[in-house]
Amino acid sequence: MDDSSGTFSKVESTPPVMQLQSREFLKRSALPALPGTGLALGQLLLTDGNPERSNTALATVPQVAVEKVAVRLRVNGSNYGLRLDPRVSLLDLLREQLDLTGTKKGCNHGQCGACTVMVNGRRVNSCLALAVIQDGNEITTIEGLANGDQLHPIQTAFIKHEGFQCGYCTSGQICSAVAMLAEVEQGTVSHVTEDVRKPGKAVLTDDEIRERMSGNICRCGAYPGIVSAIREVSTSMKGVSDTR
Amino acid sequence: MKPFAYTRATESQAAVQALLRDETSKFIAGGTNLIDLMKEDIEQPRHLVDINRLELTRIEQYQGGVRLGALARNSDTANHHLVRQHYPLVSQAILAGASAQLRNAATNGGNLMQRTRCYYFYDLAMPCNKREPGSGCGALEGFNRIHALFGASDQCIATHPSDMCVALAALDAVVNVEGSKGKRTIPFNDFHRLPGDTPQVDTNLQRNELITGIDLPAGGSVFAAHSHYLKVRDRASYAFALVSVAAALELQNGTIKQARIAMGGVAHKPWRAREAEAVLIGNRPDERVLRSAAEAAMQGARAYQHNRFKIELGKRAIVRAITIAAGERGAV
Repeated sequence: MDDSSGTFSKVESTPPVMQLQSREFLKRSALPALPGTGLALGQLLLTDGNPERSNTALATVPQVAVEKVAVRLRVNGSNYGLRLDPRVSLLDLLREQLDLTGTKKGCNHGQCGACTVMVNGRRVNSCLALAVIQDGNEITTIEGLANGDQLHPIQTAFIKHEGFQCGYCTSGQICSAVAMLAEVEQGTVSHVTEDVRKPGKAVLTDDEIRERMSGNICRCGAYPGIVSAIREVSTSMKGVSDTR
Repeated sequence: MKPFAYTRATESQAAVQALLRDETSKFIAGGTNLIDLMKEDIEQPRHLVDINRLELTRIEQYQGGVRLGALARNSDTANHHLVRQHYPLVSQAILAGASAQLRNAATNGGNLMQRTRCYYFYDLAMPCNKREPGSGCGALEGFNRIHALFGASDQCIATHPSDMCVALAALDAVVNVEGSKGKRTIPFNDFHRLPGDTPQVDTNLQRNELITGIDLPAGGSVFAAHSHYLKVRDRASYAFALVSVAAALELQNGTIKQARIAMGGVAHKPWRAREAEAVLIGNRPDERVLRSAAEAAMQGARAYQHNRFKIELGKRAIVRAITIAAGERGAV
């Protein structure tokens, strides 16, 4: 991001308030001015447009308004320029604003893996990622894996090996598996790797697959099919390091 | 989630200054714990300072040891060749925790700052002195199966959830911090604190301080050939420890010259078992010695209604961890 001059030369502040709604306020004592914005957040005029509530209920308590933040993202090869409430998770951004509903909301607490996407090629839980923090990043979701009508080999293998029943965890499982195979190619070790001191690529045994995929829960218990699908792709695509 | 102002910092001193603008401000890096806590309204910062752009991601040789950048991701740290070769205990501990997705996002500094997973801390309907000082401790007479055996108080019996920190405690790591008044270092075993009467305070980090890195000291690499991190949990992967043991030995002709034993899941901080280390030093790691070391380690344990099993579990875990560490393939 660009640096600006001034006292906090290396701090980029958020842009001013775009829209104020009553639920966007928070009780607060005081928040000094944010540089570059000219805003003293604790001193904003507080009204939600409802004359009955305006100056008494809201204005007597110093509050903060949510300031929308400019964010640029590349998702599945398309560029987006957005202004976002900083509370928006990457998951909610994808599903609610970009209409990419292939990524699923399971637990929303980083415990199930249904929301797994790749950020700059690395798998993460999009439910625990603030969208504003992703500024400048490249996101790949389940919608970005196929090449036209040609499915990604992992997608094909999941179908062949019945790596799912209800399918709710599947897009997370597939994104996770694609990134996992790339991690193996990069020579990463896991909790079940024999000796972490030994350099080189780990042999992708079923135990390795299970451990490396443990962040993706399948409530239907389709694990045998998931492991078979990944095993098949890992043995048939030796040397693949590309995430496509 | 409550609204908050968002500031992005690209230089550590600017980040520290930005934090001072509100008493509830928090740094955010990987966010894997903080965002979850904010969703639950357990944490309610009015201002987040995003430190992801700070240049603190390097892992490099430093004074004969290795310096881990505070913003290096857990996965990159565990897989870095310097860490794998010289401090395999740290790699093992990191890889025993969380999932690949979480380790890809979580940072080293954030791992130190993560909060307890005590059920009562997470449940807003329950009393918790850590979440709401003075409200009481729901765990004390509640379902306290995962709770502390050592160093607890009648205010809080929560445990620290990290695996990585247990290895760092065993290896006498050093935490580098920077505040508005300058830089300082904190020995790892002084970084986290016991609950006492202020369980809401997890660490000795000052309000205005930023973790910039963690040093693995030169002396720690002598344990590379004989170290092991053993984690015992309710499922095979992706669960917090009931008990974990970081064991590191330096062997000379089969005799233990130096020993480091630290435990996770048993206290409000990574718990260094110095009594066990004293039993081990100068002896051969045979069954009798290991069992006395385990007995020594657990001597001061105080169990609650549902966690008594962790005392025997802890002893067995210590024996097993040291046995594996002492073996031919100590880093397995």
